[in-house]
Amino acid sequence: MTAIEVSDLRKRYGDVQALDGVSFAVQEGEVFGLLGPNGAGKSTTVRVLVTLTKADSGTAAVAGHDVRREQSAVRKSIGYVPQDSGVDVFGTGRENLMLQGRVQGMSGRALNERADELLELVGIADAAGRIVKTYSGGMRRRLDIAMGLVHRPRVLFLDEPTTGLDPEARVAMWHEVSRLAEAESLTILLTTHYLEEADQLANRLAIVSQGRVAVEGTPTELKARLQGDAVHVELENGHVERAQAVLATVGARPEQVLNGNTVVARADDGGRAVPAILSALDGEGIAVASVSVSRPSLDDVYLHFTGRDFSTEDRGG
Amino acid sequence: MTVVRHTWFMVVRQAVNLMREPIWIVMMIIQPMVWLILYGQLFKNVTRLGGFGTGSYITFLAPAIVVMNGFFGATWSGMSMINDLEHKVVERFLATPASRVSIVLSQIVRSALTAAIQAVIILLVALALGVRIHTGAIGWIVIIVAGMLVNSAFAGISQAIALLTRREATMIAVANFIGLPLLFLSTTMMALSNMPHWMQVTTKFNPVDWGVRAAREVVLPGTSWGTVGWHLLALLALTAVTTAWATSSFRQYQRSL
Repeated sequence: MTAIEVSDLRKRYGDVQALDGVSFAVQEGEVFGLLGPNGAGKSTTVRVLVTLTKADSGTAAVAGHDVRREQSAVRKSIGYVPQDSGVDVFGTGRENLMLQGRVQGMSGRALNERADELLELVGIADAAGRIVKTYSGGMRRRLDIAMGLVHRPRVLFLDEPTTGLDPEARVAMWHEVSRLAEAESLTILLTTHYLEEADQLANRLAIVSQGRVAVEGTPTELKARLQGDAVHVELENGHVERAQAVLATVGARPEQVLNGNTVVARADDGGRAVPAILSALDGEGIAVASVSVSRPSLDDVYLHFTGRDFSTEDRGG
Repeated sequence: MTVVRHTWFMVVRQAVNLMREPIWIVMMIIQPMVWLILYGQLFKNVTRLGGFGTGSYITFLAPAIVVMNGFFGATWSGMSMINDLEHKVVERFLATPASRVSIVLSQIVRSALTAAIQAVIILLVALALGVRIHTGAIGWIVIIVAGMLVNSAFAGISQAIALLTRREATMIAVANFIGLPLLFLSTTMMALSNMPHWMQVTTKFNPVDWGVRAAREVVLPGTSWGTVGWHLLALLALTAVTTAWATSSFRQYQRSL
Protein backbone atom coordinates (compact mmCIF):
# COMPACT_ATOMS: atom_id res chain seq x y z
CA MET A 1 0.00 0.00 0.00
CA THR A 2 1.13 3.55 -0.67
CA ALA A 3 1.93 5.55 2.46
CA ILE A 4 2.84 8.80 0.74
CA GLU A 5 1.84 9.87 -2.73
CA VAL A 6 3.10 13.17 -4.11
CA SER A 7 2.17 14.47 -7.51
CA ASP A 8 3.50 17.55 -9.24
CA LEU A 9 3.80 19.81 -6.17
CA ARG A 10 4.67 23.42 -6.89
CA LYS A 11 5.36 26.20 -4.42
CA ARG A 12 6.78 29.64 -4.96
CA TYR A 13 8.11 31.98 -2.25
CA GLY A 14 8.51 35.42 -3.80
CA ASP A 15 11.09 35.01 -6.54
CA VAL A 16 12.12 31.53 -5.53
CA GLN A 17 10.45 28.50 -7.07
CA ALA A 18 10.98 26.23 -4.06
CA LEU A 19 9.07 23.29 -5.56
CA ASP A 20 8.92 22.91 -9.30
CA GLY A 21 6.85 19.79 -9.87
CA VAL A 22 7.90 17.30 -7.19
CA SER A 23 6.47 13.79 -7.60
CA PHE A 24 7.28 10.52 -5.84
CA ALA A 25 5.62 7.69 -3.95
CA VAL A 26 6.56 5.87 -0.76
CA GLN A 27 5.30 2.37 0.03
CA GLU A 28 4.16 1.38 3.51
CA GLY A 29 7.02 0.20 5.73
CA GLU A 30 9.73 1.84 3.64
CA VAL A 31 12.45 4.15 4.83
CA PHE A 32 12.48 6.67 2.02
CA GLY A 33 15.14 9.34 1.66
CA LEU A 34 14.89 12.73 0.02
CA LEU A 35 18.48 13.57 -0.78
CA GLY A 36 19.68 16.91 -1.99
CA PRO A 37 21.73 19.96 -1.13
CA ASN A 38 20.43 22.79 1.05
CA GLY A 39 17.75 24.76 -0.72
CA ALA A 40 16.79 21.94 -3.10
CA GLY A 41 13.21 21.84 -1.80
CA LYS A 42 13.35 18.86 0.58
CA SER A 43 12.12 20.68 3.67
CA THR A 44 9.42 22.51 1.73
CA THR A 45 8.16 19.16 0.45
CA VAL A 46 8.00 17.81 3.98
CA ARG A 47 6.25 20.96 5.23
CA VAL A 48 3.57 20.49 2.61
CA LEU A 49 3.15 16.83 3.57
CA VAL A 50 2.75 17.59 7.30
CA THR A 51 0.14 20.31 6.53
CA LEU A 52 2.29 23.23 7.70
CA THR A 53 2.50 24.80 4.26
CA LYS A 54 0.05 24.83 1.41
CA ALA A 55 1.41 24.07 -2.05
CA ASP A 56 0.41 26.39 -4.88
CA SER A 57 -0.60 23.42 -7.00
CA GLY A 58 -0.29 19.66 -7.18
CA THR A 59 -1.65 16.99 -4.86
CA ALA A 60 -0.30 14.93 -2.00
CA ALA A 61 -1.73 12.23 0.23
CA VAL A 62 -0.30 10.80 3.44
CA ALA A 63 -1.63 7.55 4.92
CA GLY A 64 -4.47 7.77 2.43
CA HIS A 65 -5.54 11.30 3.41
CA ASP A 66 -5.31 14.34 1.18
CA VAL A 67 -3.05 16.94 2.82
CA ARG A 68 -5.25 19.80 1.70
CA ARG A 69 -8.77 18.49 2.32
CA GLU A 70 -8.23 16.09 5.24
CA GLN A 71 -5.72 17.98 7.34
CA SER A 72 -6.79 16.72 10.72
CA ALA A 73 -6.76 13.08 9.59
CA VAL A 74 -3.24 13.63 8.25
CA ARG A 75 -2.10 15.28 11.49
CA LYS A 76 -3.37 12.32 13.54
CA SER A 77 -1.55 9.77 11.44
CA ILE A 78 1.85 11.44 11.18
CA GLY A 79 4.77 12.20 13.43
CA TYR A 80 6.85 15.20 12.43
CA VAL A 81 10.39 15.79 13.62
CA PRO A 82 11.26 19.23 12.26
CA GLN A 83 14.73 20.39 11.39
CA ASP A 84 14.56 23.09 14.09
CA SER A 85 13.33 20.79 16.81
CA GLY A 86 10.46 22.87 18.19
CA VAL A 87 10.65 21.47 21.72
CA ASP A 88 9.97 23.88 24.54
CA VAL A 89 13.50 24.26 25.91
CA PHE A 90 12.20 25.69 29.18
CA GLY A 91 10.20 22.56 29.91
CA THR A 92 11.47 19.12 30.91
CA GLY A 93 11.77 16.28 28.43
CA ARG A 94 8.88 14.47 30.00
CA GLU A 95 6.62 17.55 30.05
CA ASN A 96 7.26 18.10 26.36
CA LEU A 97 6.46 14.50 25.60
CA MET A 98 3.28 14.49 27.70
CA LEU A 99 1.98 17.70 26.15
CA GLN A 100 2.60 16.33 22.68
CA GLY A 101 0.59 13.24 23.64
CA ARG A 102 -2.23 15.33 25.10
CA VAL A 103 -2.73 17.45 21.99
CA GLN A 104 -2.79 14.17 20.06
CA GLY A 105 -5.74 13.15 22.23
CA MET A 106 -3.99 10.79 24.65
CA SER A 107 -4.44 10.90 28.40
CA GLY A 108 -4.17 9.12 31.73
CA ARG A 109 -2.35 5.88 32.20
CA ALA A 110 -2.04 5.12 28.51
CA LEU A 111 -0.13 8.35 27.98
CA ASN A 112 2.04 7.90 31.07
CA GLU A 113 3.02 4.40 30.06
CA ARG A 114 3.69 5.43 26.48
CA ALA A 115 5.90 8.29 27.68
CA ASP A 116 7.91 5.94 29.91
CA GLU A 117 8.25 3.44 27.10
CA LEU A 118 9.48 6.04 24.61
CA LEU A 119 11.90 7.74 27.00
CA GLU A 120 13.37 4.30 27.57
CA LEU A 121 13.35 3.44 23.86
CA VAL A 122 15.26 6.55 22.78
CA GLY A 123 17.56 6.33 25.80
CA ILE A 124 16.85 9.57 27.68
CA ALA A 125 14.85 8.13 30.61
CA ASP A 126 17.48 9.35 33.09
CA ALA A 127 17.26 12.93 31.81
CA ALA A 128 13.46 13.04 31.47
CA GLY A 129 13.03 15.29 34.52
CA ARG A 130 15.59 17.83 33.39
CA ILE A 131 14.99 21.07 31.49
CA VAL A 132 15.64 20.53 27.78
CA LYS A 133 17.99 23.51 27.78
CA THR A 134 20.52 21.33 29.61
CA TYR A 135 20.40 18.55 26.97
CA SER A 136 23.15 17.83 24.45
CA GLY A 137 22.32 18.07 20.74
CA GLY A 138 21.98 14.30 20.49
CA MET A 139 19.67 14.05 23.51
CA ARG A 140 17.50 16.83 22.17
CA ARG A 141 17.19 14.98 18.85
CA ARG A 142 16.18 11.82 20.68
CA LEU A 143 13.48 13.73 22.51
CA ASP A 144 12.32 15.22 19.20
CA ILE A 145 11.94 11.74 17.79
CA ALA A 146 10.14 10.46 20.89
CA MET A 147 7.70 13.38 20.56
CA GLY A 148 7.10 12.49 16.94
CA LEU A 149 6.29 8.90 17.94
CA VAL A 150 4.17 9.42 21.05
CA HIS A 151 0.77 8.81 19.42
CA ARG A 152 1.98 5.78 17.41
CA PRO A 153 1.83 7.44 14.00
CA ARG A 154 1.88 5.39 10.82
CA VAL A 155 4.22 7.73 9.00
CA LEU A 156 7.18 9.54 10.52
CA PHE A 157 8.81 12.56 8.89
CA LEU A 158 12.41 13.22 9.88
CA ASP A 159 13.67 16.50 8.49
CA GLU A 160 17.48 16.46 8.56
CA PRO A 161 17.61 14.17 11.61
CA THR A 162 21.36 14.38 12.11
CA THR A 163 22.19 17.95 11.11
CA GLY A 164 24.20 19.61 13.85
CA LEU A 165 25.23 16.34 15.47
CA ASP A 166 28.87 15.32 15.80
CA PRO A 167 29.91 12.29 13.70
CA GLU A 168 29.66 9.89 16.61
CA ALA A 169 26.17 11.00 17.56
CA ARG A 170 25.22 10.84 13.89
CA VAL A 171 26.16 7.18 13.57
CA ALA A 172 24.32 6.45 16.83
CA MET A 173 21.26 8.20 15.41
CA TRP A 174 21.38 6.08 12.26
CA HIS A 175 21.22 2.92 14.35
CA GLU A 176 18.41 4.46 16.35
CA VAL A 177 16.32 5.30 13.30
CA SER A 178 16.76 1.84 11.77
CA ARG A 179 15.80 0.25 15.07
CA LEU A 180 12.75 2.47 15.51
CA ALA A 181 11.55 1.83 11.98
CA GLU A 182 11.48 -1.85 12.87
CA ALA A 183 10.22 -1.60 16.45
CA GLU A 184 7.31 0.70 15.57
CA SER A 185 6.71 -0.73 12.06
CA LEU A 186 6.77 2.74 10.58
CA THR A 187 6.97 4.29 7.21
CA ILE A 188 9.72 6.89 7.42
CA LEU A 189 10.41 9.78 5.12
CA LEU A 190 13.69 11.43 5.91
CA THR A 191 15.46 14.31 4.27
CA THR A 192 19.18 14.62 4.33
CA HIS A 193 22.03 16.39 2.64
CA TYR A 194 24.45 13.71 3.77
CA LEU A 195 25.02 11.23 0.99
CA GLU A 196 26.26 8.53 3.35
CA GLU A 197 23.20 9.00 5.50
CA ALA A 198 20.87 8.29 2.60
CA ASP A 199 23.04 5.33 1.65
CA GLN A 200 22.96 3.95 5.20
CA LEU A 201 19.32 4.47 6.05
CA ALA A 202 17.10 4.61 3.03
CA ASN A 203 15.62 1.58 1.31
CA ARG A 204 14.80 3.88 -1.53
CA LEU A 205 15.56 7.48 -2.28
CA ALA A 206 14.78 10.36 -4.52
CA ILE A 207 17.43 12.87 -5.44
CA VAL A 208 15.99 16.36 -5.25
CA SER A 209 17.57 19.20 -7.13
CA GLN A 210 16.22 22.68 -7.76
CA GLY A 211 12.66 21.89 -6.73
CA ARG A 212 12.23 18.62 -8.58
CA VAL A 213 13.06 14.95 -8.30
CA ALA A 214 16.02 14.22 -10.56
CA VAL A 215 15.91 10.45 -10.10
CA GLU A 216 14.33 7.84 -7.81
CA GLY A 217 15.45 4.31 -6.88
CA THR A 218 17.27 2.15 -4.35
CA PRO A 219 20.83 3.26 -3.59
CA THR A 220 22.13 0.08 -5.25
CA GLU A 221 20.01 0.61 -8.36
CA LEU A 222 21.12 4.17 -8.72
CA LYS A 223 24.76 3.26 -8.37
CA ALA A 224 24.37 0.36 -10.83
CA ARG A 225 22.96 2.73 -13.42
CA LEU A 226 26.28 4.53 -13.54
CA GLN A 227 28.11 1.46 -14.93
CA GLY A 228 31.72 1.47 -13.97
CA ASP A 229 34.08 3.37 -11.72
CA ALA A 230 34.61 7.09 -11.71
CA VAL A 231 38.03 8.30 -12.80
CA HIS A 232 38.83 11.91 -11.88
CA VAL A 233 41.76 13.34 -13.84
CA GLU A 234 42.92 16.73 -12.67
CA LEU A 235 44.92 18.57 -15.35
CA GLU A 236 47.87 20.82 -14.68
CA ASN A 237 47.31 23.37 -17.44
CA GLY A 238 43.78 22.87 -18.75
CA HIS A 239 43.38 21.40 -22.27
CA VAL A 240 40.16 19.82 -21.04
CA GLU A 241 38.68 19.10 -24.45
CA ARG A 242 41.81 17.47 -25.80
CA ALA A 243 42.07 15.38 -22.68
CA GLN A 244 38.48 14.21 -23.09
CA ALA A 245 39.21 13.11 -26.63
CA VAL A 246 42.31 11.23 -25.50
CA LEU A 247 40.41 9.47 -22.70
CA ALA A 248 37.77 8.28 -25.15
CA THR A 249 40.44 6.56 -27.23
CA VAL A 250 41.52 4.37 -24.29
CA GLY A 251 38.03 3.18 -23.30
CA ALA A 252 37.16 5.74 -20.62
CA ARG A 253 33.85 7.56 -21.20
CA PRO A 254 34.19 11.26 -20.34
CA GLU A 255 31.10 12.50 -18.50
CA GLN A 256 31.69 15.84 -16.85
CA VAL A 257 34.16 18.59 -16.18
CA LEU A 258 34.59 19.91 -12.65
CA ASN A 259 36.06 23.30 -11.78
CA GLY A 260 37.24 23.73 -15.38
CA ASN A 261 40.29 21.51 -14.88
CA THR A 262 39.10 18.07 -13.83
CA VAL A 263 37.74 15.54 -16.28
CA VAL A 264 35.42 12.91 -14.84
CA ALA A 265 35.16 9.72 -16.88
CA ARG A 266 33.65 6.27 -16.40
CA ALA A 267 35.70 3.13 -16.93
CA ASP A 268 34.58 -0.46 -16.46
CA ASP A 269 37.64 -1.23 -14.39
CA GLY A 270 39.12 2.02 -13.13
CA GLY A 271 42.27 0.49 -11.65
CA ARG A 272 43.31 -0.99 -14.95
CA ALA A 273 42.35 2.04 -16.97
CA VAL A 274 44.63 4.46 -15.11
CA PRO A 275 48.02 3.42 -16.60
CA ALA A 276 46.55 3.56 -20.12
CA ILE A 277 45.01 6.96 -19.44
CA LEU A 278 48.23 8.38 -18.04
CA SER A 279 50.43 7.17 -20.89
CA ALA A 280 47.94 8.37 -23.51
CA LEU A 281 47.80 11.86 -21.93
CA ASP A 282 51.59 11.89 -21.57
CA GLY A 283 51.91 11.00 -25.26
CA GLU A 284 49.83 14.06 -26.12
CA GLY A 285 51.88 16.28 -23.84
CA ILE A 286 49.02 17.00 -21.41
CA ALA A 287 50.29 17.38 -17.85
CA VAL A 288 48.32 15.60 -15.11
CA ALA A 289 48.16 16.95 -11.54
CA SER A 290 46.31 14.04 -9.96
CA VAL A 291 44.23 10.99 -10.75
CA SER A 292 41.76 9.22 -8.55
CA VAL A 293 39.50 6.22 -9.00
CA SER A 294 36.38 5.59 -7.00
CA ARG A 295 33.69 2.96 -6.89
CA PRO A 296 30.31 4.46 -7.76
CA SER A 297 29.00 6.45 -4.81
CA LEU A 298 25.92 8.55 -4.29
CA ASP A 299 28.18 11.53 -4.93
CA ASP A 300 28.62 10.22 -8.44
CA VAL A 301 24.93 9.50 -8.71
CA TYR A 302 24.18 13.07 -7.78
CA LEU A 303 26.70 14.40 -10.25
CA HIS A 304 25.47 12.08 -12.96
CA PHE A 305 21.77 12.88 -12.65
CA THR A 306 21.88 16.57 -11.87
CA GLY A 307 25.07 17.57 -13.70
CA ARG A 308 26.31 19.33 -10.58
CA ASP A 309 28.88 18.55 -7.93
CA PHE A 310 27.19 17.78 -4.65
CA SER A 311 29.59 19.37 -2.19
CA THR A 312 29.97 22.60 -4.18
CA GLU A 313 26.22 22.83 -4.55
CA ASP A 314 25.60 22.17 -0.87
CA ARG A 315 28.04 24.85 0.25
CA GLY A 316 26.59 27.30 -2.23
CA GLY A 317 23.04 26.60 -1.10
CA MET B 1 -14.54 21.36 23.93
CA THR B 2 -11.21 20.66 22.40
CA VAL B 3 -10.44 24.38 22.51
CA VAL B 4 -10.93 24.58 26.28
CA ARG B 5 -8.92 21.42 26.91
CA HIS B 6 -6.04 22.39 24.65
CA THR B 7 -5.99 25.94 26.00
CA TRP B 8 -5.70 24.51 29.49
CA PHE B 9 -2.80 22.21 28.50
CA MET B 10 -0.95 25.15 26.98
CA VAL B 11 -1.63 27.48 29.91
CA VAL B 12 -0.25 24.82 32.24
CA ARG B 13 2.88 24.52 30.08
CA GLN B 14 3.53 28.27 30.26
CA ALA B 15 2.71 28.49 33.96
CA VAL B 16 4.94 25.54 34.90
CA ASN B 17 7.81 27.10 32.95
CA LEU B 18 7.33 30.45 34.70
CA MET B 19 7.20 28.77 38.11
CA ARG B 20 10.71 27.52 37.44
CA GLU B 21 12.00 31.11 37.18
CA PRO B 22 12.61 32.32 40.74
CA ILE B 23 13.48 35.85 39.59
CA TRP B 24 10.28 36.08 37.61
CA ILE B 25 8.24 35.01 40.65
CA VAL B 26 9.95 37.54 42.90
CA MET B 27 9.47 40.34 40.38
CA MET B 28 5.86 39.40 39.83
CA ILE B 29 5.20 39.72 43.57
CA ILE B 30 7.33 42.75 44.33
CA GLN B 31 6.68 44.97 41.34
CA PRO B 32 3.01 45.75 42.05
CA MET B 33 3.91 46.52 45.68
CA VAL B 34 6.54 48.93 44.47
CA TRP B 35 3.97 50.77 42.34
CA LEU B 36 1.52 50.96 45.19
CA ILE B 37 4.02 52.12 47.79
CA LEU B 38 6.03 54.52 45.59
CA TYR B 39 3.07 56.26 43.99
CA GLY B 40 1.15 56.15 47.24
CA GLN B 41 3.94 57.98 49.05
CA LEU B 42 4.90 60.36 46.25
CA PHE B 43 1.40 61.74 45.69
CA LYS B 44 0.12 61.36 49.26
CA ASN B 45 -0.80 65.05 49.63
CA VAL B 46 -2.47 65.40 46.25
CA THR B 47 -5.91 64.68 47.76
CA ARG B 48 -5.86 68.25 49.14
CA LEU B 49 -6.75 69.34 45.61
CA GLY B 50 -10.15 67.77 46.15
CA GLY B 51 -12.28 65.64 43.85
CA PHE B 52 -10.80 62.33 45.02
CA GLY B 53 -13.85 61.24 46.98
CA THR B 54 -11.62 60.32 49.90
CA GLY B 55 -8.86 61.90 51.94
CA SER B 56 -6.79 58.71 51.73
CA TYR B 57 -4.77 58.76 48.52
CA ILE B 58 -3.79 55.09 48.93
CA THR B 59 -7.49 54.16 48.98
CA PHE B 60 -7.98 56.12 45.77
CA LEU B 61 -4.89 54.58 44.22
CA ALA B 62 -5.03 50.87 45.17
CA PRO B 63 -7.80 49.69 42.81
CA ALA B 64 -6.26 51.68 39.95
CA ILE B 65 -2.85 50.09 40.56
CA VAL B 66 -4.46 46.68 40.08
CA VAL B 67 -5.71 47.81 36.67
CA MET B 68 -2.46 49.56 35.75
CA ASN B 69 -0.50 46.47 36.63
CA GLY B 70 -2.75 44.32 34.47
CA PHE B 71 -2.28 46.78 31.63
CA PHE B 72 1.53 46.88 31.87
CA GLY B 73 1.72 43.08 32.07
CA ALA B 74 -0.43 42.79 28.96
CA THR B 75 1.76 45.01 26.80
CA TRP B 76 4.58 42.45 27.23
CA SER B 77 2.50 39.31 26.79
CA GLY B 78 3.47 38.99 23.11
CA MET B 79 7.10 38.34 24.05
CA SER B 80 6.25 34.80 25.04
CA MET B 81 4.57 34.22 21.65
CA ILE B 82 7.63 35.54 19.84
CA ASN B 83 9.76 33.15 21.85
CA ASP B 84 7.54 30.22 20.87
CA LEU B 85 7.61 31.31 17.22
CA GLU B 86 11.38 31.61 17.26
CA HIS B 87 11.88 28.21 18.86
CA LYS B 88 9.40 26.74 16.35
CA VAL B 89 7.23 25.48 19.21
CA VAL B 90 4.24 26.88 17.32
CA GLU B 91 5.16 25.01 14.15
CA ARG B 92 5.39 21.78 16.06
CA PHE B 93 1.87 22.31 17.38
CA LEU B 94 0.65 23.13 13.87
CA ALA B 95 1.68 19.70 12.61
CA THR B 96 -0.55 18.10 15.28
CA PRO B 97 -4.34 18.27 15.76
CA ALA B 98 -3.76 20.94 18.46
CA SER B 99 -6.47 23.60 18.41
CA ARG B 100 -5.18 26.66 16.54
CA VAL B 101 -7.27 29.05 18.60
CA SER B 102 -5.82 27.58 21.80
CA ILE B 103 -2.30 28.48 20.77
CA VAL B 104 -3.26 32.18 20.88
CA LEU B 105 -5.91 31.99 23.58
CA SER B 106 -3.58 30.25 26.03
CA GLN B 107 -1.19 33.21 25.86
CA ILE B 108 -3.98 35.64 26.73
CA VAL B 109 -5.36 33.42 29.51
CA ARG B 110 -1.89 32.96 31.02
CA SER B 111 -1.41 36.72 30.96
CA ALA B 112 -4.79 37.35 32.60
CA LEU B 113 -4.15 34.74 35.31
CA THR B 114 -0.86 36.41 36.15
CA ALA B 115 -2.70 39.71 36.42
CA ALA B 116 -5.24 38.10 38.77
CA ILE B 117 -2.55 36.73 41.08
CA GLN B 118 -0.88 40.14 41.18
CA ALA B 119 -4.24 41.79 41.84
CA VAL B 120 -4.70 39.67 44.95
CA ILE B 121 -1.21 40.58 46.16
CA ILE B 122 -1.82 44.30 45.60
CA LEU B 123 -5.14 44.16 47.41
CA LEU B 124 -3.59 42.33 50.36
CA VAL B 125 -0.85 44.93 50.64
CA ALA B 126 -3.45 47.68 50.35
CA LEU B 127 -5.44 46.05 53.12
CA ALA B 128 -2.34 46.07 55.30
CA LEU B 129 -1.87 49.76 54.49
CA GLY B 130 -5.35 50.48 55.79
CA VAL B 131 -7.37 50.52 52.55
CA ARG B 132 -10.96 49.35 53.11
CA ILE B 133 -13.09 48.24 50.17
CA HIS B 134 -16.56 49.54 50.83
CA THR B 135 -18.46 46.83 48.97
CA GLY B 136 -16.52 43.99 50.59
CA ALA B 137 -15.97 40.62 48.90
CA ILE B 138 -17.91 41.52 45.75
CA GLY B 139 -15.72 44.60 45.47
CA TRP B 140 -12.59 42.46 45.57
CA ILE B 141 -13.97 40.35 42.74
CA VAL B 142 -14.88 43.41 40.65
CA ILE B 143 -11.38 44.86 41.04
CA ILE B 144 -9.71 41.57 40.11
CA VAL B 145 -12.03 41.13 37.11
CA ALA B 146 -11.34 44.70 35.97
CA GLY B 147 -7.59 44.01 36.13
CA MET B 148 -7.99 40.77 34.20
CA LEU B 149 -10.20 42.32 31.51
CA VAL B 150 -7.88 45.26 30.89
CA ASN B 151 -5.08 42.75 30.74
CA SER B 152 -6.88 40.48 28.26
CA ALA B 153 -7.93 43.36 26.03
CA PHE B 154 -4.36 44.61 25.67
CA ALA B 155 -2.86 41.11 25.62
CA GLY B 156 -4.94 40.50 22.49
CA ILE B 157 -3.32 43.54 20.88
CA SER B 158 0.12 42.46 22.05
CA GLN B 159 -0.37 38.95 20.63
CA ALA B 160 -1.57 40.36 17.30
CA ILE B 161 1.49 42.59 17.05
CA ALA B 162 3.77 39.70 18.02
CA LEU B 163 2.25 37.51 15.29
CA LEU B 164 2.34 40.20 12.64
CA THR B 165 5.86 41.51 13.28
CA ARG B 166 7.55 38.48 14.94
CA ARG B 167 10.24 40.81 16.27
CA GLU B 168 11.13 41.51 19.88
CA ALA B 169 12.43 45.00 19.07
CA THR B 170 9.05 46.01 17.63
CA MET B 171 7.25 44.59 20.66
CA ILE B 172 9.43 46.59 23.03
CA ALA B 173 8.93 49.77 21.03
CA VAL B 174 5.15 49.40 20.97
CA ALA B 175 4.96 48.52 24.67
CA ASN B 176 7.00 51.59 25.57
CA PHE B 177 5.06 53.80 23.21
CA ILE B 178 1.60 53.00 24.58
CA GLY B 179 2.49 52.28 28.21
CA LEU B 180 2.99 55.61 29.94
CA PRO B 181 0.75 57.76 27.69
CA LEU B 182 -2.28 55.55 28.35
CA LEU B 183 -1.43 55.58 32.04
CA PHE B 184 -1.32 59.40 32.19
CA LEU B 185 -4.43 59.71 30.04
CA SER B 186 -6.36 57.88 32.75
CA THR B 187 -7.53 58.68 36.25
CA THR B 188 -5.15 56.11 37.71
CA MET B 189 -3.22 58.68 39.74
CA MET B 190 -5.27 61.87 39.44
CA ALA B 191 -8.90 62.74 40.08
CA LEU B 192 -10.79 63.57 36.89
CA SER B 193 -11.76 67.08 37.99
CA ASN B 194 -8.11 68.07 38.37
CA MET B 195 -7.20 67.14 34.81
CA PRO B 196 -7.11 69.55 31.86
CA HIS B 197 -10.33 69.45 29.91
CA TRP B 198 -8.94 67.73 26.84
CA MET B 199 -7.49 64.99 29.02
CA GLN B 200 -10.80 64.53 30.78
CA VAL B 201 -12.33 63.89 27.35
CA THR B 202 -9.64 61.43 26.25
CA THR B 203 -10.02 59.30 29.40
CA LYS B 204 -13.49 58.37 28.13
CA PHE B 205 -11.87 56.58 25.17
CA ASN B 206 -9.08 54.97 27.13
CA PRO B 207 -9.79 51.31 27.99
CA VAL B 208 -7.32 51.54 30.88
CA ASP B 209 -9.56 54.16 32.40
CA TRP B 210 -12.67 52.01 31.91
CA GLY B 211 -11.02 49.47 34.18
CA VAL B 212 -9.91 52.12 36.67
CA ARG B 213 -13.43 53.57 36.91
CA ALA B 214 -15.04 50.16 37.45
CA ALA B 215 -12.46 49.15 40.05
CA ARG B 216 -12.53 52.43 41.95
CA GLU B 217 -16.31 52.57 41.97
CA VAL B 218 -16.55 49.62 44.37
CA VAL B 219 -13.98 50.95 46.83
CA LEU B 220 -15.63 54.17 47.90
CA PRO B 221 -19.12 54.64 49.36
CA GLY B 222 -21.94 55.48 46.95
CA THR B 223 -21.12 52.76 44.45
CA SER B 224 -23.01 53.00 41.16
CA TRP B 225 -23.38 49.42 39.93
CA GLY B 226 -24.45 50.76 36.55
CA THR B 227 -21.05 52.44 36.11
CA VAL B 228 -19.31 49.24 37.16
CA GLY B 229 -21.40 47.09 34.84
CA TRP B 230 -21.09 49.25 31.74
CA HIS B 231 -17.36 49.66 32.03
CA LEU B 232 -16.78 45.96 32.56
CA LEU B 233 -19.06 45.18 29.65
CA ALA B 234 -17.16 47.59 27.41
CA LEU B 235 -13.92 45.89 28.41
CA LEU B 236 -15.39 42.48 27.71
CA ALA B 237 -16.46 43.63 24.24
CA LEU B 238 -13.03 45.08 23.57
CA THR B 239 -11.40 41.84 24.72
CA ALA B 240 -13.55 39.93 22.25
CA VAL B 241 -12.46 42.28 19.45
CA THR B 242 -8.73 42.18 20.24
CA THR B 243 -8.78 38.40 20.73
CA ALA B 244 -10.43 38.07 17.33
CA TRP B 245 -7.70 40.29 15.89
CA ALA B 246 -5.04 38.09 17.50
CA THR B 247 -6.56 34.89 16.10
CA SER B 248 -6.88 36.40 12.64
CA SER B 249 -3.23 37.46 12.87
CA PHE B 250 -2.46 33.88 13.71
CA ARG B 251 -4.17 32.71 10.51
CA GLN B 252 -2.14 35.30 8.62
CA TYR B 253 1.03 33.89 10.17
CA GLN B 254 -0.03 30.37 9.13
CA ARG B 255 -0.55 31.50 5.55
CA SER B 256 2.96 32.95 5.50
CA LEU B 257 4.51 29.53 6.21
